[in-house]
Amino acid sequence: MLELRNISYSVTDEVTGKTTDIIRDVSLTINDRFVAITGPNGSGKSTLAKIIAGIITPTSGRILFCGQDITDMGISERANLGISYAFQQPVRFKGITVKDLISIAAGKDISVAQACAYLSEVGLCAKEYVNREVNGSLSGGELKRIEIAMINARNTPFAVFDEPEAGIDLWSFGSLITVFERMYEKNKGSILIITHQERILDIADTVIVLSEGRVTAMGSKEEILPDLFGTQRPCRVIVGGEG
Amino acid sequence: MAKTMDAIQKNLLSEIMDLEIVPEGAYNIRANGESAARHTTANIDIVTKTDKPGIDIIIKPGTKNERVDIPVLLTKTGLKDLVYNDFYIGEDADVLIVAGCGIHNAGDEETAHDGIHSFHVGKNAKLKYVEKHYGEGEGTGERVLNPTTEIEIDEGGYMEMESAQLGGVDSTVRVTRAKLADRATLVIGEKIMTHGKQTAITDFTVDLDGEDCGAHVVSRSVAKDESRQTFLSCINGNNLCSGHTECDAIIMDGARVDAIPKVAANHVQASLIHEAAIGKIAGEQLIKLMTLGLSEKQAEEQIINGFLR
Ligand SMILES: Nc1ncnc2c1ncn2[C@@H]1O[C@H](COP(=O)(O)OP(=O)(O)O)[C@@H](O)[C@H]1O
Ligand SMILES: [Mg+2]
Repeated sequence: MLELRNISYSVTDEVTGKTTDIIRDVSLTINDRFVAITGPNGSGKSTLAKIIAGIITPTSGRILFCGQDITDMGISERANLGISYAFQQPVRFKGITVKDLISIAAGKDISVAQACAYLSEVGLCAKEYVNREVNGSLSGGELKRIEIAMINARNTPFAVFDEPEAGIDLWSFGSLITVFERMYEKNKGSILIITHQERILDIADTVIVLSEGRVTAMGSKEEILPDLFGTQRPCRVIVGGEG
Repeated sequence: MAKTMDAIQKNLLSEIMDLEIVPEGAYNIRANGESAARHTTANIDIVTKTDKPGIDIIIKPGTKNERVDIPVLLTKTGLKDLVYNDFYIGEDADVLIVAGCGIHNAGDEETAHDGIHSFHVGKNAKLKYVEKHYGEGEGTGERVLNPTTEIEIDEGGYMEMESAQLGGVDSTVRVTRAKLADRATLVIGEKIMTHGKQTAITDFTVDLDGEDCGAHVVSRSVAKDESRQTFLSCINGNNLCSGHTECDAIIMDGARVDAIPKVAANHVQASLIHEAAIGKIAGEQLIKLMTLGLSEKQAEEQIINGFLR
């Protein structure tokens, strides 16, 4: 489905002229149902997601989607090919409502009832939210769930979720996992989940560990998780997450 | 009377009024400088002024849930229309007044409408005033609208003013002056969009004279292309009162926006706030909508439409 070939990304500080490597020669192929990327904060997970979505252009390397080279394609073009991206930090707007965003995501004008159905799936009491503005009056957790509802409405064969577990305290991980499972059932594509949460890692067919911009481990959860959690199991969190 | 309107006039009417034809309730339609149709009700009288062009709209005390429509249509190029409209809202009344001016200029001469509206909002009366300005036409003649709004709100009165000018007007100078008595409230929401070489100046002065009175003046605007906007707002707190003025603008292309909010506290119990924010569309908003499949242009439109809603 998605293949990254020798992706590197570095930034040069305009003032000091110093170059920092953020992603270093990452190659991976994503074909499974659920692929999880984990790793410490600052290891480059979000950068990799933005490279996939076309928000960041890699310094070198190629990206292939369903066999097609998409390296030079823009954000909209990739979105329309079937790539979705749920941001780690959802964006706030002025005047744009939850229903507007879900309609845009669905690619057509949807009814209030349909918008409500997407919201209910992510545990939001739909009636209260459907006409709310997606602005600073919504909490971080509410915005995260609306973000997930949008990706659900897009219904694309490939989706990246960047730390979807943030702010879902009131809503269970079980429901979040159900959303992913239903999404897979609808499309039979691949879902890439950036996460620190053991319960989400637990549904992954493949787990990728990123550290300092490099893939340091990749394999089945049986191969990877014991090493990750070996010493920290009681916390149920690897790094940076909010248990 | 609907029969006497041509297709252009009907279209203008629907642009400014959200109405296809004749409104219900009281109305006065002014077309090309003349009164084209009028209807009054038991509680709402409309009288032509004898000393100058314009009308007096008199709403009886206690009138509830009635509506007055006063659209102005200009379709003749070169016409310079000046009109004085005085509104008297009786005590305890609760009404909606919808005004609008649509200009269709197919010629090469300037077409202008200067409307001077005076509102006298009686004790404990409640008024919602909606004003829409719209310009169109293939001609090179300028479309000019200069509305002046004078507001006086008596004790306990409430007025909400919603104005929108979202396209087609080449030059506008909007002046709004208000005086509030004890416990009076004024809420103003203005929306402006300019493009091409258009200019818009909007100038508010609110005198918070009465005890416990309050005003909110909020402007949202989008300036595109080479257009220019100036937002002036002055709130004078002359008593125990609260005042808030806010200008929130999106700037694009080579446009320029000046925001000059001023609050003056002339009383120790006056509480006044001003805010002004001008900036281009946030990049992350564009990116988010593009990841949902919109082109950059479509994303921009969505963001602006939402902002000006
Ligand atoms: N434009 C940039 N300029 C400089 N450093 C950046 C830039 N973008 C990201 N980084 C750095 O790259 C590293 C990886 O960031 P990120 O991908 O957000 O990490 P993660 O999502 O794994 O926490 C961080 O150290 C971050 O500070
Ligand atoms: Mg991140």
